[in-house]
Amino acid sequence: MADDSSAWQLILAGDPVLLSIVRVSLAVSLSALALASLVGLPLGAMLALLRFPGRGILVVLLNALMGLPPVVVGLAVYLLLSRSGPLGAFGLLFTPTAMVIAQTIIIIPIIAAPTRQSVEDFWHEYRDELTAMGVGPIGRMMTLLWDARISLFTAVLAGFGRAAAEVGAVMIVGGNIEGFTRTMTTAVVLETSKGNLPLAMGLGIILVALVIAINAVVWTTRTWSERQAG
Amino acid sequence: MVGTAGGLTVRAPVTDLPLVLDQVSLDAGGAKILDRASLTITAGAPTLIVGPNGAGKTSLLRLCMGLLSPSAGAVTWGGRDDRAPVRRAIVFQRPVMLRRRASANVAYALAHAGVPRHARAARVSELLDRVGLAELSERPARRLSGGEQQRLALARALARDPEILLLDEPTANLDTAATRSVEEIVLRAAQGGIKIVMASHDLGQVRRLAGDVVFMLRGSVREQGGAAEFLDHPSTLEARNFLRGDLVF
Amino acid sequence: MVSRLRRFVLIALCGLTLTLSPAFSADRSIVVASTTSTEDSGLFGYLLPLFTAKTGIAVKVIAQGTGQALDTARRGDADVVFVHAKAQEEKFLAEGFGVKRFDVMYNDFVLIGPKADPAGIKGKDIETALKAIKAREAPFISRGDRSGTHTAELALWRQAGIDIEAGKGPWYRAIGQGMGAALNTASALQAYVLSDRGTWISFKNRGDLDVLVEGDKRLFNQYGVMLVNPEKHPTVKKDDGQAFVNWLISPEGQAAIAGYKIDGQQLFFPDAHKKGS
Repeated sequence: MADDSSAWQLILAGDPVLLSIVRVSLAVSLSALALASLVGLPLGAMLALLRFPGRGILVVLLNALMGLPPVVVGLAVYLLLSRSGPLGAFGLLFTPTAMVIAQTIIIIPIIAAPTRQSVEDFWHEYRDELTAMGVGPIGRMMTLLWDARISLFTAVLAGFGRAAAEVGAVMIVGGNIEGFTRTMTTAVVLETSKGNLPLAMGLGIILVALVIAINAVVWTTRTWSERQAG
Repeated sequence: MVGTAGGLTVRAPVTDLPLVLDQVSLDAGGAKILDRASLTITAGAPTLIVGPNGAGKTSLLRLCMGLLSPSAGAVTWGGRDDRAPVRRAIVFQRPVMLRRRASANVAYALAHAGVPRHARAARVSELLDRVGLAELSERPARRLSGGEQQRLALARALARDPEILLLDEPTANLDTAATRSVEEIVLRAAQGGIKIVMASHDLGQVRRLAGDVVFMLRGSVREQGGAAEFLDHPSTLEARNFLRGDLVF
Repeated sequence: MVSRLRRFVLIALCGLTLTLSPAFSADRSIVVASTTSTEDSGLFGYLLPLFTAKTGIAVKVIAQGTGQALDTARRGDADVVFVHAKAQEEKFLAEGFGVKRFDVMYNDFVLIGPKADPAGIKGKDIETALKAIKAREAPFISRGDRSGTHTAELALWRQAGIDIEAGKGPWYRAIGQGMGAALNTASALQAYVLSDRGTWISFKNRGDLDVLVEGDKRLFNQYGVMLVNPEKHPTVKKDDGQAFVNWLISPEGQAAIAGYKIDGQQLFFPDAHKKGS
């Protein structure tokens, strides 16, 4: 990425360094989103449906964790994955995998908390019908998650937004290594610190454009699926 | 119980009849909803549960379905007291449609009634046909009209291949035409050997459908007997007042 | 419905794995903990492809302040450290975390300030300049991050006979960030700031800033490189790491360092062989 070229020139020229940054950003954030959804959606549904001692505390905690500062997660993951840390043997620090782990932790509450709320609301509506149809606990969870899918789109999108925009954790655990762990956000930080403000801004605009594009795709899917579901 | 073995549905010889409520009481938040209500339901012509609003009809049906457990007394199905729905189904006054197509709503009920995947498609069209919704099968269930939703709920209930079909004022919010089509489905189900237990406060409907009648007031069963007998010669004063259209509580 | 959902999730996961595999594959590579000045000045962007082309070893640079870079290496999270604060490096060696330290190159620090120069320090020596800034309480930006530049700055205040811990006021702002961020802040606040020349030359957002003090012997800035001690951290890739160290101090690597220029100006001066180290 030549320092004196503008972000637009880089896009038009299909600059390989820029493309690698975009690819790492998307790969990391989308992987984290997929993992966090796999954990967060069932977790939210379980909290909505199960009654056990300490559930209230867990719900409050989950809601509070939506505001978990990424740098704190980044630091914790750093200490875990560092060669001197408990999981050091895996050699994951300063890899995209480390970034995926940190972002997954950050966005699980962002997906799980609204999921719990939606599923609980749906459960009030569906309880009698599902009980009368003899639907078991797992079936209830799947049914409510599926039927609440339209509200869950928003939760998942919020998770993606958080992951894509996040810089604190990926900087700490990824190390902003060019071509390997450099993302849109850490590249913006780097270019800003180089004083290359136009390029930094250009990268920021590309990031926003990507997020808007993904939101547009999801919104279209959502509208379509709303029409299907009625 | 329902189970699948070798892709075939195998029904153990389990029956939910007779359905017996023995001195059943139900308290909710200090109020007595049901007070020592006793009732025995056996195979035969439809039983209609009548009585003014607040008499406890809905709670009685929910107890019959096993959705509620009594505060005192006992409910048994074929002598068993496990509340898991086996060979019974219910249609609520305002049924909740799953957010999917009409056909998927029926397929869902079939799946949870233990019907194997390969047998579902044929059963779905058969059931939708039976309730007159064949042409609307691909319509999102929530886009259906009130009467159509009520019929889809009936199809879902029938998908469970029930012995007992409980209905909670299914026509209370419907116009005449929609009411008639629901009643036709119910009658055909009854002719097919399904025991109908239906709450209603529409005396015309009682006359059209009932084999026998349970009259409820303030949480207890006041009178039980053949429909013609009840309608023409009620034995209690409250029933006479109710039938005359007086306000009874 | 459930099967459709399951299929969707499967397809999504497969897609992600495919997207990730090229980005995540790492064959021969080492992690170098280095300073923001080497990264921000663009030196690594120029140097590393040459090394990788020759050896097939990819170099992953974590750009941090010198103190943080040494800590990263202490934890065993880097194979090589490439920093510029000799006292800290020698402490690192003494603790047994490094194998051997080699001088690689030097550049110099420059005192940057607004062209208007409110403290009147242009062309003065560094000691006089710092005294004038302190006397005028002219705004000064300090890195404040235990980096090589920060360490050098503190040493310069000491040499000027100023106890900056005791004497600092609102005019002295420690921002705790990298060199580029410090220059950006100085540019915005019309403040003085100590920078390495390399970062300054490649810095784009100069605004009204200019070099006011330079060429003083005390502004000499030595860079050193060390392999992290494999006896402390067995995971250190000692062969590939040593290959990088050797290349940097080889005639070829030294020539490459000398060849990095911005606008015709050389940023770093190789000195691995000046006294037979």
